[in-house]
Amino acid sequence: MYEVVAFYLFSGLTIGLFLVTVMSKNILYAMTSLAAGMVLISGFFFILGADFLGVVQLIAYVGAVMALYSFAMMFFDATRDIKEKNTNSALVFLLGGLSALVLVLMFAAPIHSDAITALYPMHEGVGNAQDVGIVLFTKYLIPFEVAALMLLVAMIAGIILAGKKMDQSLTEDMSADEILIQKDEK
Amino acid sequence: METTLVETLPHVTWVGVLIKAILILAIISAIAGFGTFIERKVLAWMQRRQGPLHVGPYGLLQLAADGIKLFTKEDIVPQNANKFIFMVAPIITAATAFIALAAVPVFPDFTIPSWIPLLGDTFVPAIAADLNIGILFVLGMMAAGLYGPLLAGMSQANKWGIIGSARTAVQFLSYEVVTGLSILAPIMLVGSLSFVDFNSYQAGGITSWLIWQQPVAFVLFLIAGFAETNRTPFDLLEHEAEVVSGYATEYSGMRWGMFFIGEYANMITVSIIAAVVFLGGYSEGTLGLAILLKVAFFFFLMLWVRAAWPHVRPDQLMWLCWKVLMPIAVINVVITGIVMMV
Repeated sequence: MYEVVAFYLFSGLTIGLFLVTVMSKNILYAMTSLAAGMVLISGFFFILGADFLGVVQLIAYVGAVMALYSFAMMFFDATRDIKEKNTNSALVFLLGGLSALVLVLMFAAPIHSDAITALYPMHEGVGNAQDVGIVLFTKYLIPFEVAALMLLVAMIAGIILAGKKMDQSLTEDMSADEILIQKDEK
Repeated sequence: METTLVETLPHVTWVGVLIKAILILAIISAIAGFGTFIERKVLAWMQRRQGPLHVGPYGLLQLAADGIKLFTKEDIVPQNANKFIFMVAPIITAATAFIALAAVPVFPDFTIPSWIPLLGDTFVPAIAADLNIGILFVLGMMAAGLYGPLLAGMSQANKWGIIGSARTAVQFLSYEVVTGLSILAPIMLVGSLSFVDFNSYQAGGITSWLIWQQPVAFVLFLIAGFAETNRTPFDLLEHEAEVVSGYATEYSGMRWGMFFIGEYANMITVSIIAAVVFLGGYSEGTLGLAILLKVAFFFFLMLWVRAAWPHVRPDQLMWLCWKVLMPIAVINVVITGIVMMV
């Protein structure tokens, strides 16, 4: 009973918030509703008893990904509305049609719900974290390691991109920018 | 929500959880208010002043005076601000701080005496929502708490606010890494994410406390905890001398007060995590007095550090996080892993 009420509450709120994300022309509304929707999605994991994944959803998406998005949004004036430029209406038509198709398929999917079984059901008495860990380090070991490697590559690339002025302090030496300009001129 | 319960305890009903939630809200809000008084007194004594004196005995009623001031002040919303987000942001801070408190052991459990009508014999648990991944949940909720200052700064159409919210994003994101990595080593030793398991792991007295096995992780967690709660050596979000009041520049009255309550609730949460994870946790025999003393010590430590240390610069803060604390935390995790395997 509680699960049903919670499910419909979370579903309605999530869909509503993500609609705001898509429809709003204000950066701040879009960002806030996206973050709030991410929080509510973790609610679904909690309803299903997957506490660990729910918390990972919170930490990874709400705490890290959305926070990075919002950091990028600092460069805009967040209190103004955005005028969207629509240059390619054929693309919009195509993407809209594809989205509608995916939506129809998603709504039609429960017809075959009896064919869906849990590949890795939860074990009684074993924590979520242990279950996820065992699957991650046995069946999905190679994708896991590849993801780790890709993150390492991205990290090194990020350091190289950002590290041009790392040997100079921006606050102690006020002319760090000027030195760099002089170097470029030479 | 799925709960793991210690088997000897009575059954936890939703009434008990509700009572617990109301207790947490009421008592922690009151403690947050009282914390401001303690903070002013402790700071005053450390700086050879007297602190609040004139309102009531020892200035105790200063609390009531401040409360009346906060509640009756005009609630100003700036003209060009995004009004809805501006008004919601302080609620996010306070709410996430209190939600985080739902998963930590706050007061000892008790049963309401049976002569009380309606609620008699209700068992009130020590932890409102006893998740078996409690530590992660608290860290995740504190991570979500960064949206309070962030949205506050971005919505108020004030440049100091924007700088404050940029600092929020940078500081909280960076120090979350250190908090997570530093607490990972004790988690590896205990093999669980539940506060109950941490408590029973350290049940053998002072010698079994995790601080003796993980002193480095303890120091790292404390430093990162200061940054995550926006306490003084790292309170760059609202550093008066640099950015007026950062994200809180345009706030007044109770909305500003909610940021304050959220900050103090987070201080209490971090103190409780430090006490449960590193200093032995709560014991059954002493009516929970031990954990109260430990939490009070950490709370005092935060005030002490505020009196003793100046602010750091933003670049020093980032230097400390990424070039000092994070490598030490990673090395600590690796060494812990090697010691456990050998």
